[in-house]
Amino acid sequence: MGIFSFFRSKPKGSAATAKERLQVLIAHQHADSDGPDYLPLLKQDILNVIKKYVDIGEEQVLVQLDSQDDCDVLELNITLPEDGERSSAVDAKALRDNDDDGPQSSKNRQSRAERTRSRQTRKSQASARSQAKQKA
Amino acid sequence: MLNIGSDSLTKTIVVTSGKGGVGKTTTSASVATGLALKGFKTVVIDFDVGLRNLDLIMGCERRVVYDLVNLVNQESSLHQTLIKDKRVENLYILPASQTRDKDALTIEGIARVMHKLKKSQFDYIVCDSPAGIEKGAKMALYFADEAIITTNPEVSSVRDSDRILGILQSESKRAKMNEEPVKEHLLITRYNPGRVREGQMLSVDDIVDLLAIPLLGIIPESSSVLDSSNAGKPVILVPESEAGQAYSDAIDRLMGEDRPHRFMETRKKGLLARLFG
Ligand SMILES: Nc1ncnc2c1ncn2[C@@H]1O[C@H](COP(=O)(O)OP(=O)(O)OP(=O)(O)O)[C@@H](O)[C@H]1O
Ligand SMILES: [Mg+2]
Repeated sequence: MGIFSFFRSKPKGSAATAKERLQVLIAHQHADSDGPDYLPLLKQDILNVIKKYVDIGEEQVLVQLDSQDDCDVLELNITLPEDGERSSAVDAKALRDNDDDGPQSSKNRQSRAERTRSRQTRKSQASARSQAKQKA
Repeated sequence: MLNIGSDSLTKTIVVTSGKGGVGKTTTSASVATGLALKGFKTVVIDFDVGLRNLDLIMGCERRVVYDLVNLVNQESSLHQTLIKDKRVENLYILPASQTRDKDALTIEGIARVMHKLKKSQFDYIVCDSPAGIEKGAKMALYFADEAIITTNPEVSSVRDSDRILGILQSESKRAKMNEEPVKEHLLITRYNPGRVREGQMLSVDDIVDLLAIPLLGIIPESSSVLDSSNAGKPVILVPESEAGQAYSDAIDRLMGEDRPHRFMETRKKGLLARLFG
């Protein structure tokens, strides 16, 4: 340790970034293994649809099923690639518009876009969270 | 141990990680030695078929005649194959084959070996897993009652540890038979407190947070590990080594004793050492 490290202010450090990245990764790994059987297939289908418009890989799609009270919440999180690689046909808005008008059939799980987030930063991200109320 | 004639008290511990080179063999050697020092009849098995290493770390490489694959194929007896440690009572090494590959092992074959070891009244069977999440690693963890997840404070190691935890929870014998799950322990190795303090390396808290399993110990990065592997002597037998002391603490915790975690802080150096260290 050199003498100057005494006077240097404490750097934020790359470890914080490492932890953030790992939190996302581990969430992926758990979503893949803990969810219901159809989740990997659902994820694959969603991936195929999105791939028609944007070039993304498996790691960019997170499909997770959580339970809250008597609701099952299906969380869909898609990280879009950086600008330039992305077709303008798809952005977070398009995802939301498509999601908003399903028939309110009580036989199937009802679904609607609850929250849409979009960031045009380095990692632009679109997240649609659909909530499905289970029939009693 | 009053378990004559019974094999139900044998505990099988796998040392695993997913990622290579994180310290599994170093840990297996010290854990097995530490358990034997406590008076338990212990065998440490090298599952790294094709890349045997444990014999070198244990310093018995010149005494290998038969190996795990011979034993699995019933080409040698247990007595012929086990190498009795020369320093520590109750400690035996079961080396891997150097010439065969991992396909030489089968679950049925390993099951026979495990059964023989239990009938020979071993208290502990320590399994040194190969790297990866393929057949060899799955074979090493299949019979585990407990698992020591060896993790370095580094992104790829933490991710792989999480993968291997998933495999333990779904593909071990305990999982497949719907028995009580494998008991998981986190062992953080090659920990460098200085770099953690500088914010360059994941901290103990970060890793425990991410993997969410109980912490068995923190083994600091220490040059004595290299020295002791050069000498063929498990580092736990080097009392002046911090890594050795940390392994001893971990064994005490494995026995259910309470030991504060040491070596998490950079040593307080004297002024001169601080100026010139
Ligand atoms: N606490 C430590 N401090 C310093 N060096 C260490 C420490 N633990 C392990 N090492 C070194 O790291 C290297 C890898 O260790 P080891 O062979 O035990 O890992 P491994 O996980 O068994 O590797 P593999 O996946 O190839 O089987 C060795 O050179 C060893 O000396
Ligand atoms: Mg090894």
